[in-house]
Amino acid sequence: MIVIVAFMVVLAGFAGWWLLHQGLAAKPWLEVGIPQAADWHAPAQRPIAKLGLAAFLAVAGSLFALLVSAYFMRMGMADWRMLPMPIVLWFSTGLLMLSSLALQATVAAARRGELDGIRSGLLAAGVSALAFLAGQLLAWRELADTGYFTASNPAGAFFCLVTAIHGLHMLGGLVALCRVTTRAFVVPLGSTPQAIGALRLGVELCAIYWHFMLAVWLVLFAVMMRWTDELIAICRGLLT
Amino acid sequence: MADVAHGAAGPAPVAEHDDVELYHPKSWVTKYVFSQDAKVIAIQYSLTALAIGLVALALSWLMRMQLAFPGLLSFIDAERYYQLITMHGMIMVIYLLTALFLGGFGNYLIPLMLGARDMVFPYVNMLSFWIYFLAVMVLVAGFFVPGGPTGAGWTLYPPQAILASTPGQQWGIVIMLASLMLFIIGFTMGGLNYVVTVLQGRCRGMTLMRMPLTIWGIFTATVMALLAFPALFVGAVMMTLDRLIGTSFFMPSIIAMGERLAYRGGSPILFQHLFWFFGHPEVYIVALPAFGIVSDLISTHARKNIFGYRMMVWALVAIGALSFVVWAHHMYVSGMHPAFGFFFATTTLIIAIPTAIKVYNWILTLWRGDIHLTPPMLFALGFIVTFVNGGLTGLFLGNVVVDVPLSDTMFVVAHFHMVMGVAPILVVFGAIYHWYPKITGRMLNTALGKLHFWITFLGAYAIFFPMHYIGLMGVPRRYYEMGAMSFVPPSTVDLNIFITVVALIVGAAQLVFLFNLFWSLRRGESSGGNPWRATTLEWQTPQTPPAHGNWGKELPVVYRWAYDYSVPGAAQDFLPQNQPPEPGVTEGARP
Repeated sequence: MIVIVAFMVVLAGFAGWWLLHQGLAAKPWLEVGIPQAADWHAPAQRPIAKLGLAAFLAVAGSLFALLVSAYFMRMGMADWRMLPMPIVLWFSTGLLMLSSLALQATVAAARRGELDGIRSGLLAAGVSALAFLAGQLLAWRELADTGYFTASNPAGAFFCLVTAIHGLHMLGGLVALCRVTTRAFVVPLGSTPQAIGALRLGVELCAIYWHFMLAVWLVLFAVMMRWTDELIAICRGLLT
Repeated sequence: MADVAHGAAGPAPVAEHDDVELYHPKSWVTKYVFSQDAKVIAIQYSLTALAIGLVALALSWLMRMQLAFPGLLSFIDAERYYQLITMHGMIMVIYLLTALFLGGFGNYLIPLMLGARDMVFPYVNMLSFWIYFLAVMVLVAGFFVPGGPTGAGWTLYPPQAILASTPGQQWGIVIMLASLMLFIIGFTMGGLNYVVTVLQGRCRGMTLMRMPLTIWGIFTATVMALLAFPALFVGAVMMTLDRLIGTSFFMPSIIAMGERLAYRGGSPILFQHLFWFFGHPEVYIVALPAFGIVSDLISTHARKNIFGYRMMVWALVAIGALSFVVWAHHMYVSGMHPAFGFFFATTTLIIAIPTAIKVYNWILTLWRGDIHLTPPMLFALGFIVTFVNGGLTGLFLGNVVVDVPLSDTMFVVAHFHMVMGVAPILVVFGAIYHWYPKITGRMLNTALGKLHFWITFLGAYAIFFPMHYIGLMGVPRRYYEMGAMSFVPPSTVDLNIFITVVALIVGAAQLVFLFNLFWSLRRGESSGGNPWRATTLEWQTPQTPPAHGNWGKELPVVYRWAYDYSVPGAAQDFLPQNQPPEPGVTEGARP
């Protein structure tokens, strides 16, 4: 449970830092009128959507941190046996990175207002994300063929669970990406900058989500490749 | 103080607000069924939660009948009894209290109290309710599947939860886990809405430190729930896999019914960690909104500003943060390193500090206040006493050495019913009596309300005080009958009968409340817009009940905090939050 507690501490740090800037030490009973320092603006779509996504990512982050916590706990037990990691995982990791990069390029294109760049970037990101999922399926097949998915192999079960939940999150992201892509292709070439600018928020949200899912995958991959063993050992040492 | 515009001439200029696109319903179905209006969703949430809560109440009656008169109701055997316990606990904690406080009160009060037109993601909000509704339907379906609902206890501990000898092992447990997963997905949708609305949807002048404590409580609880429910989700997914495809996440090698099962090497303790990492914050997910609401009820009905507003906010946040590092105090008897036991006992006791601050502040708010013993106030006072009582036994149980002998006795049952059963339910009632006039435009009948309060309040004590004693005598919880056990004195048998009789009476008294709800809808005294002469924004809406969009043409502007009651020199004994300061009067120099 160290991982989830660490995750919570980081979140609490952010929340505390943010709260400190919200005038928590104000004395509202003495203050009448409209605070001049507070630059109030009517609720707008852009910060709301970004904040909504950020809050969702905190929830998803908590979910994955718990999975990793459970994984570490199970790994610490005596009968744990490693899973040979399929080579194809390296390729799918590369594909997910490509997908993330493509979306970053799309964001840049959207900022410049280039519809061509947006369209090709979105397509590239979508295709490479699908290829990533196909790679995960291949990895499953390989492990299933070599007989690691018997019910009583904990490493196999964890591998399945973790990749499946990550994959489902990717699928959900792909639905959003599909919608943005459709919108990008509905806008005719040579439209006004406003029409293209309307795509920007969607593209940015997808990019943030993609980077987050990439980061989660890198952590999961590192944990499953046992690159984090020493880290765990250090944590255990600290606690006992 | 320095950065505040004192007595700005006239109301502050109102910005253009046409940027908020409001969804307008076009048909009866989109207005009342698949509605995207937070107020309608709130009522849908509340009615669903209250309905399923009544089911749980009936289950508790059956359990009490069995405990007092074993064998009288012949259809209750040991298995049936476990199913009753499990469903009662799960429904009350999750499908009633969590859904009612956050989905019900959260949806109704957040936009209104913050001066917003609606939640920021209305469509997601609608989905949230319907997924919750589906979760409840799936849960209810558990009663009708072969083998009945699961009898694993509300904690669903493996390995017994999915072993063949546990009732509901075939269908019930799968249904329960599926329902929980649905609930969590639905709640997450709603929760994101509440958080983002609080952060982004506030009207002009509504700084965080001017928000009513109700909103602070709901906000903190929502943040906690968003982060804690994933733990239950992970646990539920893993247990479903264990049950359905035979993985061994939680299942050790085990011999059941003389047969060696295929499971190998899973860790039941892992489930306990996941469950309680959710389960302990859950206590405060229910308690924090109650804290917030009680603060507002007391301040309004004692006509006095809340004592120590800042401290109240800090305490809420501190309780929320601390509640994530105490979960293992539910696992003292599962075995753990003594250092961990010490750590978790310490953090548990530390939570008593911010909680005690809140209790003192409530009492100091009442001190020399102009207390009106209206039904909301009675319920709020009832909450304070009950919460203190339940909290004190929590201090006993938080210590390892005291917990070990008391664990799994009726003492624990009495403790958590006082602290997170009776206490929040009293707040639910108080809040309904308080906000019903805003929701319907009519007052609930006061005489019936007082009758309801006194029966419920005294009855709850008559039920749960003796239960502590029964627990101290060593009567274990979860036993469907005691039989002839030499260490159990006969007095506990009599007490059990007493408790059951009172429980039947208190349960039946809730019919008074239900009758009042429906009767007052048509016949209640007309309330006007602000019957309690309260300061917060929801009482200042142009229409009562508030119309779609809440605020007419212009959003309100907030000039002061939520607790300007009995301000010296003011014309009336309350100043609404949106009342501009009088020009020339330097209110900033108020004592």
